[in-house]
Amino acid sequence: MTPSPINGPPSDWEQSGPERLYVLTGGRGASGRRADIDLITLVVARAAPRPEMQPEHASILRMCHWPLSMAEISAYLKLPFSVVAVLVSDLLSESLVEVRASVRMDGIGDPELLKAVMNGLQRL
Amino acid sequence: MDSRGSELTVGPAREDALPASAATAVKIVVVGGFGVGKTTLVGSISEIRPLTTEETMTEVSVGVDDVRGVERKDATTVAMDFGRISINDQLVLYLFGTPGQQRFWFLWTGLFEGSLGAVVLVDTRRLEASFDVLGRLESGGVPFIVAVNVFPDAPNHPLDEVRAALDLPADVPIVACDARSRASSRDTLLALMRYLYRLSTQSAAPVAASAATE
Repeated sequence: MTPSPINGPPSDWEQSGPERLYVLTGGRGASGRRADIDLITLVVARAAPRPEMQPEHASILRMCHWPLSMAEISAYLKLPFSVVAVLVSDLLSESLVEVRASVRMDGIGDPELLKAVMNGLQRL
Repeated sequence: MDSRGSELTVGPAREDALPASAATAVKIVVVGGFGVGKTTLVGSISEIRPLTTEETMTEVSVGVDDVRGVERKDATTVAMDFGRISINDQLVLYLFGTPGQQRFWFLWTGLFEGSLGAVVLVDTRRLEASFDVLGRLESGGVPFIVAVNVFPDAPNHPLDEVRAALDLPADVPIVACDARSRASSRDTLLALMRYLYRLSTQSAAPVAASAATE
């Protein structure tokens, strides 16, 4: 059974004290994290979870059966973005997930892309 | 040891999953002070109920108790609500509401970085709360529009007056918005997109020319 998909207010978040977060990421900070991962990077699993995996890794593989953004993974796991970025980087290094990079807007956007967003919104 | 494993069967309900073909994500940031209606706007148009992500940030502060003013690093957790709109089978739009505490908006690197643009949601009763963010968006080169959230009990100022009070550049659109209404929130996002499109076609000529020769 899938529990309610809606995560609660921040106060509900699990005991994500510094110690637990340190353990989850093996003490790695930004060094264990790929620079190209941001809040809207889409993550897709390429393998099934294995029993010996760290539970958070297995959980990410399970929820990313369909594409899911880093922000959503963070919300469902109730873990800070930077911790999820390290976890996803681990999975990437073992080719267990693929990431679909977000479009980066440096300055002015691509008119075709902007038009596509506009058309999509107009249909709402 | 791993007794927590089964608890971690979390994730979106099947109806909240994106199609397998989703390949590209873009984002818009909704900026505004506490209680101005950011989450209401995100929630009224999002296809999923708004979710919360958080980030732990290190703030360098000067210890007030310390007469020598030694710098101290404080770890602070900042939460941010967001929603999602599937534009088509490949393209997904994410809407992020900024954290309530203004000092975090620009500390959270990557929040504005890479966004299409921003909607600055303002409450006419607290216009002064918007000055700082407008200045920072301008200097950061983030294109934005201003949306005046129409609260039933707020005085109804003509948009021109609000524009003048905010000292908005003439080309920056300003619209009235009812954040509770899906249609109004959609129109607000469309106003931003039209503005961005106009900016892109105004300055795209040299880029398009060079792309054509590749």
